[in-house]
Amino acid sequence: MQFGLFSVGDVTPDPTTGRTPTEGERIKAMTAIAQKAEEVGLDVFATGEHHNPPFVPSSPTTMLGYLAARTERLILSTATTLITTNDPVKIAEDYAMLQHLADGRADLVLGRGNTGPVYPWFGKDIRDGIDLAIENYHLLHRLWREDVVDWQGRFRTPLQSFTSTPRPLDGVPPFVWHGSIRSPEIAEQAAYYGDGFFANNIFWPKEHYQRLIGLYRQRFEHYGHGSADQAIVGLGGQVFMRKNSQDAVREFRPYFDNAPVYGHGPSMEEFMKETPLTVGSPQEVIDRTLRFREDFGDYQRQLFLMDHAGLPLETVLEQVELLGTEVVPVLRREFAIGRPAHVPDAPTHASLVAKAKAGEDRETVA
Amino acid sequence: MTTYTIAAVSAGLSQPSSTRLLADRLGAAATAALRGHGADDVRVVPVDVRDHAHALTDNVLTGFPNSALREVLETVTGADGLIAVTPVFNASYSGLFKTFFDVIEPGALEGVPVLLGATGGTARHSLAIDFALRPLMAYLRATVAPTGVYAASEDWGSEESGLAARIERAGGELAALVAGRAPAVAPDPYEQPTPFEQLLRSASGA
Repeated sequence: MQFGLFSVGDVTPDPTTGRTPTEGERIKAMTAIAQKAEEVGLDVFATGEHHNPPFVPSSPTTMLGYLAARTERLILSTATTLITTNDPVKIAEDYAMLQHLADGRADLVLGRGNTGPVYPWFGKDIRDGIDLAIENYHLLHRLWREDVVDWQGRFRTPLQSFTSTPRPLDGVPPFVWHGSIRSPEIAEQAAYYGDGFFANNIFWPKEHYQRLIGLYRQRFEHYGHGSADQAIVGLGGQVFMRKNSQDAVREFRPYFDNAPVYGHGPSMEEFMKETPLTVGSPQEVIDRTLRFREDFGDYQRQLFLMDHAGLPLETVLEQVELLGTEVVPVLRREFAIGRPAHVPDAPTHASLVAKAKAGEDRETVA
Repeated sequence: MTTYTIAAVSAGLSQPSSTRLLADRLGAAATAALRGHGADDVRVVPVDVRDHAHALTDNVLTGFPNSALREVLETVTGADGLIAVTPVFNASYSGLFKTFFDVIEPGALEGVPVLLGATGGTARHSLAIDFALRPLMAYLRATVAPTGVYAASEDWGSEESGLAARIERAGGELAALVAGRAPAVAPDPYEQPTPFEQLLRSASGA
């Protein structure tokens, strides 16, 4: 099972000091956090993609390319790559390039984006969101698997004899997860292709995601990619820890109360009851995260949101350290107990290359 | 055995509340009329929006109802009929009343029979039912009874006001809509997902 971080990349004033980092500071903070993730033994760092203030990460592969050179084991990913407003041809090129530079340590989570004005800025319409996600990915999927593509669709210029370069590393495309928080169509899409499904479950109650993930698992089996419990599921998590639970609560409360997403609404205690947010000791974070398996079944990737709501870099780095040294080693051990042998790990470049090779061998034998 | 559930949503603020009183009277009138249609059992579930004021604001900010509010919303959207009564504030429904209907999932009240009521200090605002509440329910595609009942303060103290007769007529209209309605079953996109090939065809406009 993989553990890591995902970052929205928001530039938010620290409510306890009133200080707002510059964009430059925030960008460098993200790369420092990613490098810390590798240092403390985490597996994945995923950046968001946004095209409006107060967010900095508009160019994910630039950031991930930099990180590829600065890290050795970390899987570089996104949360999410906008499959709606980006040209699928450019996604094919950018992420294949990243895949080569990172020696295969790259995958991506596709999402639609829910900021209305971003669509027209890129010549699109948010009301076409699902259609864009479906058609654009269908093209992206072909661009990585067919050397020469003739294509005509509704949303982009037709292609005649087009070859997307560079070709994927070792002829194996980067693994794709489809992210959704509320669309059964996207669960259906992920299941159809046998791709991963990332449910960012941090903002809403579990019942909603149980239906979404349940649908993905059931359709994954329907399309013949394996049994429902072999589908590739990723989950989010949101935690703030101190050795002493009360210290965590006291320190995080002003960040919670003023957070852009849920601030000035429910109390932190109420939000913790209704969503996976955990503010407390490392043991409380371990207990809460282990419950995900009971709620959603054995899964493959767990990403935590840690750098948001104006938390200073120094604090975030302490959080990543706690996560890597005190929480994740226990989670790895506990999640391994009782995990059926037929439940796969999250695909990596090496496993996908091996699988492709096994497929070729089978064909040769036949 | 025919049983019906009517949710009676009232957005009054004081206790006791004349808005709640009107909702109760409408509920009783609808119950009596449904028995006339052969109902064996009618359950009127009162929903005081005031009890969920904080949860409603939280829902607007976070995008989800807490567990207590979720139960209430499920009761309302699952009912056979709905009574909705608001005090008139600044010539329209109250903000709290609107917030309650703002957090109901799109489509959840489609075809649901609704009886509208409003209360106010003077009869001058009685058309608020028709120019504010009725368009809101039309947008939600609910089926609204022709008679809406407005109760001004003075109506509660006079027999000549005709309030009792209006309540009885309105209750009868709601009962007829409820009794004559075939239970609507919307397809569940989680139980019956659109197959991918179909999604792909419609994405490309084919």
